[in-house]
Amino acid sequence: MLTFILKRLGLALLVAFTVSFISFSLLFLSGDPAAALAGETASGEDVEALRRLYGFDRPMLVQYGEWLFSALRGDFGESYYFKLPVASLIADRLQITMTLGVCGIVFALVTAVPLGVVAAIRPNSLIDRVALFLSVAGQAMPSFWFGLILIVVFAIQLGWLPPSGAASWKHFIMPTIVLGYYAMPAIMRLTRAGMLDVLNSDFIRTARAKGAGETRVLFKHALRNAIIPVVSLAAVQMGFMLGGSIVVESVFALHGAGYLAWESIARNDLPTVQALILVFSMFYIVFTFIADVLNAWLDPRMRSA
Amino acid sequence: MTDAADPLAREIRGPSPQQMLKSRALSHKGLIFGMSVVVLLVLVALLAPVLAPHDPYEQSLMTRMVPPVFMGGTWEHPLGTDHLGRDYLSRLIYGARVSLMIGAIAALISGVIGTAMGVAAGYFGGKVDAFVMFLINVRLAMPVVLVALAVVAILGGSLTVVICVLGLLLWDRFAVVMRASTLQISRRDYIAAAQVIGASTPRILLTEIMPNVVNNLIVIVTLEMAHAILLEAALSFLGLGVQPPTPSWGLMVSEGKNMMLFEPWLVLIPGVVLFVLVLAINLMGDGLRDVTAPEGRS
Repeated sequence: MLTFILKRLGLALLVAFTVSFISFSLLFLSGDPAAALAGETASGEDVEALRRLYGFDRPMLVQYGEWLFSALRGDFGESYYFKLPVASLIADRLQITMTLGVCGIVFALVTAVPLGVVAAIRPNSLIDRVALFLSVAGQAMPSFWFGLILIVVFAIQLGWLPPSGAASWKHFIMPTIVLGYYAMPAIMRLTRAGMLDVLNSDFIRTARAKGAGETRVLFKHALRNAIIPVVSLAAVQMGFMLGGSIVVESVFALHGAGYLAWESIARNDLPTVQALILVFSMFYIVFTFIADVLNAWLDPRMRSA
Repeated sequence: MTDAADPLAREIRGPSPQQMLKSRALSHKGLIFGMSVVVLLVLVALLAPVLAPHDPYEQSLMTRMVPPVFMGGTWEHPLGTDHLGRDYLSRLIYGARVSLMIGAIAALISGVIGTAMGVAAGYFGGKVDAFVMFLINVRLAMPVVLVALAVVAILGGSLTVVICVLGLLLWDRFAVVMRASTLQISRRDYIAAAQVIGASTPRILLTEIMPNVVNNLIVIVTLEMAHAILLEAALSFLGLGVQPPTPSWGLMVSEGKNMMLFEPWLVLIPGVVLFVLVLAINLMGDGLRDVTAPEGRS
């Protein structure tokens, strides 16, 4: 188990290192970040002054090394637009995004797992078909559009919920649904497939033969085994969700880290964009690492992989 | 070889694999529905200049935000006009071109990259496999929407940039699925036989491996095409994808958003069309998987 964790940790670190290099170099795509920052109307001298000020005149690898070492100490430089340290800017905004991410994954789990279980107990029944339809339709629905429709119906027509902002828990209901529904189809399909698989296995037949009650068989024996892959899928989905929160936050004007990303991209705020790409990647890397370790702990067969 | 004409022999042998495939395809409702809608929308996109009642770029300040026919408008503008007086139906029709083109080309680019990586990993194994798996891990760790937005913002939002960015980002599923399929195939005896008789590696990859993984490839192409279309719409909605005045469905939703309170159809119509297209492509992909691999049906 320890070897597995160490191996997996090494891989995670290597991935994190590569991602940090890519997210840093992405912003040199334009060729000259100083010219991009100065804008089209700036004179040659202005561009040159900016280049000196931000150190763009040095080799890229030197800049990357410096950036990486400060980033490791938690210093991502200063935002061009907000004139504040990027690290504290992101830390402030992450609270909303994390709240949204946790609510979203909880919403997805509490709706998708029961649906998947019921669909597996009665395959090809009406509920199974409805669940399948929902999962196919859910995957095809553009999340920004779904969000706007919810606003029109529940905020404007019915007036039950506030359309935007983050002042109270009510503001999080619609964003949670929009962020969470996206993860539902995958979780539901995996729960259903896992349950179907487990319910056909020998140990379930044995449990039934011993005279265990149906509820006990379903929940104590079957679900416990079927849920193992779902746990790791949920962790991976959580990583994806944080990255996807950029769309949801801009629809509902929630000023979280996703909204910050959108603002800083639109304003050419390079240090903030670099830091955000890195932070969102780190979340994904940490979540998948946790998922793999959890999986190996729950299911020893996974440890050899 | 005369037994094809002999009804008795045919009865014993049963229908040919092609006939079985055809009958499975025709009885699969999702596949039929999805394919019909996709074919219909491709035709609409190809025939856009013939079908569109107006020029999608022509503005008219006199006829701004005319409601659609079903909300009290006239047949002059069946789906009304937008905030610049452009005919909404014509913009929708030309928008189909944008969506389908971006989806198809992005899926093609990522398909070539992902298939090459996946097949190489699956066939050669060892260090090649480890390296490809590492690249997949790196790619999955990058937040797609964020990276795509940042790159489009830096390089400028044009159709070409959006297509290339999506094509270079969406190869992960191709690589994962092609690796698994190739791994499975390359353990078969006929691959070993080909190696033993001295067939070259490119020959084995192209004539022994590829034909056997192509079914899975087609399924992923459709699913990734749907994925690319949804992402383009999201990027354009956020203002950092296809730029105005190009008619993109995501952009139309974004432009209609400000008038959503009074004219909800401006947001409703392009969203519904987008939903139907993506749903149809997904149904087609799922259907193709069911039909070509009936044993893997769950």
